[in-house]
Amino acid sequence: MPDATILFNITPVPFLSVLVWIFLCIAAMYFARRPFHDSMGSLGRVIYNAMRVASASVKVARQRLDARNREVLLAAGVEHAERRTEREFERIGTAVERNLEGYPQLQRQLREDLLKLEDDYRKTAEIPQGLSDWVKVIDAIAGIKPSGDPMVANLLEDIHNTLTEQHKAALEGHRKAVSDRHGILSRMVPQWRATDKTLRGIEKAISELTGRSQAVDQCITDYETVRTHTDIAERQLSSSSLTQFFTSGLVLGVFVIGAIINFNLVALPMSEMVGGASYIGAFKTSDVAGLFIVCLEVVVGIFIMDALRFTRLFSVIGCLDDKKRTWFFFILLAMLTILAGVESSLAFMRDRIAADMEALRQSLAGVEPTAVAASKIPMIGQMILGFILPFILTTVAMPFETFVSSSRTVLGMVGAWALRALGFLLRLTGNLGYYLGRLVVNVYDLIIFPALWLEALILRKMAASPRTPKTEKDRSITKNKSMTLLEEAAPCKKSAD
Amino acid sequence: MQKICRLNPRAMIAAALLAVAVSTCGCAQKLDHTKGVYMLVDTSGTYTEELNKARAIINYLLGTLAPGDTMAVARIDTGSFSEKDIVAKVTFDQRPSVANTQKRAFQKQVADFVSSVAGSSHTDISGGLLQAVEYLNEAGSAQKFVLIFSDLKEELARGHVRDVPFQLDGFNIVALNVTKLRDDIRDPKIYLQRVDQWRDKTESGGGAWRVINDLERLDNMFSL
Repeated sequence: MPDATILFNITPVPFLSVLVWIFLCIAAMYFARRPFHDSMGSLGRVIYNAMRVASASVKVARQRLDARNREVLLAAGVEHAERRTEREFERIGTAVERNLEGYPQLQRQLREDLLKLEDDYRKTAEIPQGLSDWVKVIDAIAGIKPSGDPMVANLLEDIHNTLTEQHKAALEGHRKAVSDRHGILSRMVPQWRATDKTLRGIEKAISELTGRSQAVDQCITDYETVRTHTDIAERQLSSSSLTQFFTSGLVLGVFVIGAIINFNLVALPMSEMVGGASYIGAFKTSDVAGLFIVCLEVVVGIFIMDALRFTRLFSVIGCLDDKKRTWFFFILLAMLTILAGVESSLAFMRDRIAADMEALRQSLAGVEPTAVAASKIPMIGQMILGFILPFILTTVAMPFETFVSSSRTVLGMVGAWALRALGFLLRLTGNLGYYLGRLVVNVYDLIIFPALWLEALILRKMAASPRTPKTEKDRSITKNKSMTLLEEAAPCKKSAD
Repeated sequence: MQKICRLNPRAMIAAALLAVAVSTCGCAQKLDHTKGVYMLVDTSGTYTEELNKARAIINYLLGTLAPGDTMAVARIDTGSFSEKDIVAKVTFDQRPSVANTQKRAFQKQVADFVSSVAGSSHTDISGGLLQAVEYLNEAGSAQKFVLIFSDLKEELARGHVRDVPFQLDGFNIVALNVTKLRDDIRDPKIYLQRVDQWRDKTESGGGAWRVINDLERLDNMFSL
C-alpha cells in the first residue's frame, strides 16, 4: 500500500511540499472551473426540473383525487338524501294508510250521524196540536152571565167542567210533547260529540300529513341542494362525514371491546369441543373456533340489520321482496337465538372448567382446596352476558356501515392532503437542489480565490496597457469571456415557479 | 323508487374473504406445538432426601403442561435403561377436563412413589437419558425436554456399559438441582468438570444443555 507521506516528500521541506500541492490543486481546479460550473449548473437544473415535473404530476393526481373525493362525497350525500326522502315518503305513506284508510267508512258514519241529527231536528220541530176552535165558542157561551134558569146554569156548569178538562188534557199533552222534544235533543248530544270527535280525528290526520309533507319538502330541498353540487353542500357533507367517521369509529371501538369479551367467554370452553392442543398456524384451534363464533354472530347481525333495511351493506338482501325478506329475517333471528343459546351454555361450561382448573392448581400447589363459593351469581351473570352479547353485537352493522361509507371520504381527504404535502416537498427539494448547486459553485470559487484574484489582476493590467486595435473576433471573445464571468456571479434566472 | 338489484362490490369482497378464510381454515397445516417432558429423578444415596423438591417440580410441570402434551417421570437407579424405571407416564387428552383428571392421577402416582422409594446403590444417568430419548421419540412431541433431577455424579455398576453416543437432535436437556457434593465444596473444579462433562455429552449429541439450580426460576425452563 503506498504511503501517503510520500506526498509531503516531493521537496526536502514538507511545508514547501504542501504549498506545492496546494498550488497544483488550485491550478487544476482553476482550469477545471468552467466544466465544473457547467456540470453543477446542469445538475441543479436537472434536480430542479425533475422535481418540478414530479410536483406537477403530483398536483394533477391531487386534482384528480380532489375531483374523485368530491364525486364520492356528493354521491354519498345524494344517496343519504335519497334515503331520507324515501324514508319520509314511506312515513307519509304509512300515515296516509293509517289515517285515511278508513276514510270512506268515516265519511259514511259522519253522513249517517248528520242524517240522524237532521231527522231528530225535524222531530223536535213538530209542534203539538193546540185546543180546537170550538173551544173558543164554548168559552164564549160559558162566559154568558147566568139568567137564573137552573137548566141553563147546569148547562153552563157542564160546559165549564168540560172546558176545564179539555184545558187540563191539552196542558198535559203539551207538557208531554215538550218533554219528548227535550228527550230527542238530549239524545242528540252524544251524536254531536261523536261527530265532533270524528272531525277532530280528521283534523289531526290532516295536520300530521301536512307536517309530513313539510318534512318531505325539506328533504327534497336538501336533495336539490346536494344535486346542484354547490360548495356549501360539499362543505356540509365533508364536515358531516368527518363527524360520522370519528363517531362511528368510537362506537366501533366499543363494539370491538364487547367482541373481545364475548370471545373470552367462548374461547376456553371451545377447547373442550375442538381440543386444546391443535393449532391452525400460530393460533389455537379453540381460539379460532371462538373467534369464528363471534364473527358468525356479527355476520348474522349484519344480515339481520340488512333484512330490516336498517343498513344497506348487502343490496341483494334489501332487494328481496317483502315476503322473502321477512322469512329471511326470521330464519336469521332463529340462528342468532341458537347461537346466543350456545354461547350461554359455553359460558356455563367456562365457569365449570375454570373452577376445575383452579381446584387443580390449588391441589398441585399443595394448598387445601377452598370450598367452592355457594353463590351462583357469577355463573348466572356469565350466562346472561353470553346470551345478550350476540344480540347487542347485532347492532354493530349500523356504525360499521357509517364507518365504511365515511372512511371513503376521510381516506380521500387524507390522500389529498398527503399529495399536497408531497408536492410541496418535491418543489422544496427541487429548489434546494438548484440553490445547493449554486452554493457549491460559489464555494468552489472561494477555494480557488487566489487564482481568480490573479486572473482579475492580469485582466486589469491588460486593460490598463495601451490599446491595440482589436479585430471583431477578439472583441467577441473578450465579450464572451466577460459575459461568462458575469454569468458566474449573476443570480439565477427567475423561473416561473 | 325502484332499484336494479345487482351484486354489490362489497358483498363480493366479503364473499371472497369468506372463501379465503374457509379455504385457509380447511387447508392450513395443523402445526404441532406439543411438548414432551421426561423427568429423571435420582434415587441414589442421600439424594433421596431431595425428592420432595422433585415432587414440587413435577407439580409445577403438571400445572404448566397443556392438553396434548406428554409427561413421564422415571427413576435413576442402578440400571436405568429400562421401562420398569418409569414411575408414571401420560399423554394428556385434548379436552381440558379430561386432562385435569389425568393430572390428578399422575400427581397421586408420583406422591406414592416419593413416599415409598428406596435408595439405589448406583447412579445410571446415561441409561436413564437413553431411555428418555427413546420414549420421547416414540411420543413424537414437537418440543422435547429431558429434565435430570440429580447431582450428575454417575456411578455405574460393574458390567454396565454406557459408551453409547447420544442422539439428541431437537432435545433440550435441563439439569435441575445439581447439588454440590463434599468434594465439590473442597474443589469446585470437580463440580464444574462434572457439569461440563454432561454439557459436552449433550452438545456433541446435538442437544441443548441448561442448568437450573434455583427452583424459583422454573418458569424459564421451557424458554428455548
